[in-house]
Amino acid sequence: MPSWIKLVRRADVTRTTVIAVTAASFIFAFLLASIIFFWQGINPVAAYHDIFISAFGSLRGLYFTTLKAIPLLLCAVGLILVFKANVWNIGAEGQLLLGAVAAGWVALYALPNAPSFVVIPVMFILGAVAGAAWAAIPGFLKGKFNVNEIIVTLMMNYIAYKIVEYLIYGPWRGAGSWGYPITDEFPETAQLPLIPGTPIHYPTLVLAILSSLAMYFLLSRTKFGFEVKAVGYNVEAARYAGISFFKVCFVTMLISGALAGIAGVGEVAGLHHRLIYPWSISSGYGFSAIIVAWLARLHPIAAIFMSFLLGGLFVGGYAIQVSLGLSYSVIHLFNGLILICLIASEILLNYQIVLPRGELKWQRLKS
Amino acid sequence: MLKLKLIEKEKSPKIEIGKARPLVEMRNIVKKFYRVVANDGISLSIYPGQIHALLGENGAGKSTLMNILYGIYRPDEGEIYVSGRKVSIKSPKDAMRLGIGMVHQHPRLVEALSVAENISLSLTDVGVFASPRVIKPRIMELARKYGMKVNPDAKIWQLSYSERQRVELLRVLMQNAKVLILDEPTTMLTSSEKKELFSMLRKMASEGKAVIFITHKLEEALSVSDIITVLRKGRVAAQVAPEEVTVEELARLMLGYEMISTVKREPHRYDGVVLKVENLHVLGDAGVPMVKGVSFEVRQGEIFTICGVAGNGQRELVEAITGLRKVARGKVFFLGRDVTNTSPRLLADMGVAHIPEDRIHVGIVPDMSVAENLALKKYRSPEFSTRFTVMYDKIYEWARSLIKQYSIIAPSEKIPAKHLSGGNIQRLILAREFSGEPRLMVAVNPTYGLDVAATNFILSKLLEAKKRGVAVLMISEDLEQALKVSDKIAVMYEGQLKGIFPVEEADIREIELMMVGVK
Repeated sequence: MPSWIKLVRRADVTRTTVIAVTAASFIFAFLLASIIFFWQGINPVAAYHDIFISAFGSLRGLYFTTLKAIPLLLCAVGLILVFKANVWNIGAEGQLLLGAVAAGWVALYALPNAPSFVVIPVMFILGAVAGAAWAAIPGFLKGKFNVNEIIVTLMMNYIAYKIVEYLIYGPWRGAGSWGYPITDEFPETAQLPLIPGTPIHYPTLVLAILSSLAMYFLLSRTKFGFEVKAVGYNVEAARYAGISFFKVCFVTMLISGALAGIAGVGEVAGLHHRLIYPWSISSGYGFSAIIVAWLARLHPIAAIFMSFLLGGLFVGGYAIQVSLGLSYSVIHLFNGLILICLIASEILLNYQIVLPRGELKWQRLKS
Repeated sequence: MLKLKLIEKEKSPKIEIGKARPLVEMRNIVKKFYRVVANDGISLSIYPGQIHALLGENGAGKSTLMNILYGIYRPDEGEIYVSGRKVSIKSPKDAMRLGIGMVHQHPRLVEALSVAENISLSLTDVGVFASPRVIKPRIMELARKYGMKVNPDAKIWQLSYSERQRVELLRVLMQNAKVLILDEPTTMLTSSEKKELFSMLRKMASEGKAVIFITHKLEEALSVSDIITVLRKGRVAAQVAPEEVTVEELARLMLGYEMISTVKREPHRYDGVVLKVENLHVLGDAGVPMVKGVSFEVRQGEIFTICGVAGNGQRELVEAITGLRKVARGKVFFLGRDVTNTSPRLLADMGVAHIPEDRIHVGIVPDMSVAENLALKKYRSPEFSTRFTVMYDKIYEWARSLIKQYSIIAPSEKIPAKHLSGGNIQRLILAREFSGEPRLMVAVNPTYGLDVAATNFILSKLLEAKKRGVAVLMISEDLEQALKVSDKIAVMYEGQLKGIFPVEEADIREIELMMVGVK
C-alpha cells in the first residue's frame, strides 16, 4: 500500500457502517464481474438487468428465488451460530445430504404407507438428527482433541457425496427409474405440501424463518448464546471464566448440522421427491450459505434478506444462461467475487481510510 | 513512598540549554483521537548527551507523543525539527533514516530467528542489506562496548525478556540512531537488570546520543535522567531537573493533586487455612516440568506473595490452582476440600477469584460489552438468569452500580470493553472478581503497567479484602510493592519455592539474590 494512504482505526463500528461497507463490497463485486461480461462481449448492464428481472421481476421468478432461499437460509442460520463460536463448519453441504438421505429412508423404506402427518414430522426430525450426527464427528474431534474442523468438515462432504451415490447407484436405485441413478419417487404422503399455485414447499420455508428468529433469540438472550459469544470472541477468557469450549463447540456444530439436515429434507421431500445425484440435491447450498452468513454479518435476521438476494442471483444465473448464452459457472464466479470482496472489506469495518490533505499530496509530487 | 537507592548515578556534564542545538525539537504538537485530545500543544526539545525522562500517568500522552516522533502517528498540528531542519516523519522508516530509534515496551522480534537475523532484517528497513554473518562482529563489538551479554546466534524464543530488550537496543544502535526512545523499558525488569540498563543508557548518553525514557515511575525518572518533562492530560505540566525536585513534588506535578498514600499494610489476623498446596508438580506448555514440588498455605486475612522473575513457574502454579492447567502430581486443598484438577467453573463457584496476568487475552472478552464482561462469571447465577435465558436488564443495572463503585471510566456499560484504558480494564476485572465474594483471591501482577492512581486503588482493594478475611495469593515481580502490602513473601526460582518469610524478616537484598538463583 502506498505510504500516503493511512488506515485509522474506527472508534466504533455502527450499524450504518456495517450496512454501507457490505453494500459497497457487493457493488464492487458487481463491478469486477462486469469485466468478465465485457470480455465475453456482453453489456454488463444488460446482464444485471436480466438477472434482477428474472429473479425478482415476476411472480414466477420470485417463486424460484424463494425455493433457493429456503435451503440457503436454513444452512446459513446454522453457520452463523458456529461462526459466532469461531468454529468453522465448511460441511453444511454434507450435513444437508445426510438429511436428504434420512428423508429418503423414511419416505421409501421406513414409513412408506404412513399418513402425511406422521411421515413429514418424522422426516424432518430424522433429517435433523442425521445432519447433526454428521456434524457431531468434527464437532467432537475439534472440541476434545482440537482437530482442525475445517479439514474434517470439508472432507466429510465428499464422503456424504459418495454415500448418496452409493445409495442411488446401488441398493436404493428405483425399480421404475429405467436404470437411471435415482430412487423411486416418494409416496405422496411423503411429499411436502405446497403453497397452492406455486412450487414453494411452505413447511420448510416456515421452519427456515422460525429458525432465524429462534437463532436471534438464542444469540442475544440465552445463557448458551452468551457462552457462544464469549468462546467466539476470546476462547482463553471463556476458559478462564469457566465456560466449556467442548460444550460450545459440540453443541453449535450439532445445531448447525441439524439445520442443514432440515434443508436437505426440504430439497428432496419438497422439490425433487426422490434422491438424485448428490450435486443436484444440494446445488452447493452448503457452500453458498457461507456467503449468506457473511453477507448478513452473522446476523440471523439479516440472513433472511441475504438468502433471498443470493437465491435471486442463482435464478438470474439460470436466466442469463438462456438469454445471453453464458455458462452457469459465471454465477459461481460471481459468488466467489462477492465472498472475496466481503472478506476484503472486513478491514474497512474496523479501519477508516484517510487520504492526506491536498497540500501534502502536492508536496509529495513535487519532491 | 520508597526511594530507590540502588542506582548510583553519575551525571553527564551539564549542557547549557540555549548553547547546544537541540537534536530534536517538537513544537506545538496536537493529536486528537476523535474527541479525545491526546496531545494538546506539546513542545519538547531533546539535546544530545542527555537522558530525558518523559514522566506521566497512563493516558497523559507520553506514548502518543513518541509514536508521533517515531512516525507511527501523524500529528494533527505542530512541527518537528531534527538538527534544526523541519521534517515530516511519515513512517518508522523515515524516523530511522533521521536517526530516531525506538525500543518498544514489548519487543517486536521474530521469535524463530536468531539475534543477528533479526537485526539484519531491521537494517533492510533502513535500506541497508547486511547478511547476519557479516554484521555479527559489529554486533559483538557494540555489545562489548556497552557491557551487554549477547549471543548473536541465539534464537529469540530462547531469550528472557531483558535479553530481548537488549536485542532491541542493539537493533536501534546498529541503525546508527542518535535519538533513542525507550517506552517503559523497566516494567518487566528485576532491579539488578534495571541497574544494568541504566548504566548502558548512561554510557550511550555520554557518547552524545539523546535518550528519551518514557516512564510513570517517579523514582526512576529521578535517579536516571538529566531532565524530566512531566506530562499531564496531554500538556507539559513542568520541566525540571531531578536535583531540583523531591518525589512528593514530582508526584504532585504528575497527578495534579496530592498523592495520598492510602496503601498501608495492617497487622494481620490469621485464621483458618484457605488454600493449601502440597508438593505440587505441574508441566508447562512444552511438556517440561515447570512447578517442581511446591508446598505452602495461605490463611484467611493474609496476603501471601510469591516473588520471582517471570518464567520460573509462577504462571503454571497459578493456572494449576485455578483449574486452568492439569496438576501432574501433588494436591491442592481449598477450605479443606481436595480440589486438585477441579474445573475452573467449579472453583469459581466455590469462591476462588483470579486476576489473571494477561488482562486483554485472558481477563476480558474485548468485543463484549463492559456489562457482559462484568458478568462473565455471573451470567449463569440465579441472580441474573432463568433456566435458559440471561436477564440482561438486571446485568446492566448491576453493572452500572459496579462501574460507579469501582470508578471505572466508561461512557456506558454497553460499549465493548476493548475501548477502556488499561487501568480501567483492570478495575473492571477487579470489580468482577470481588463481586463474587471470594474466599481466595489469586492476583497475578495486579498492578503491572498501571499508573500511580490505579495502582493505589488496586492495592487498597486487596487490603480491604484481606481485612474482610479473604485469603490473597499474589504473584508479583515488583518486590518493593510486595514488601509494602504482603504478610508473607515466598521466592520462586526454577519451579521451586526458595523460602517463605514473614514480611518483617524479609531482606530485600537477600530476596533479590534468591530471585536470580544466586542464593
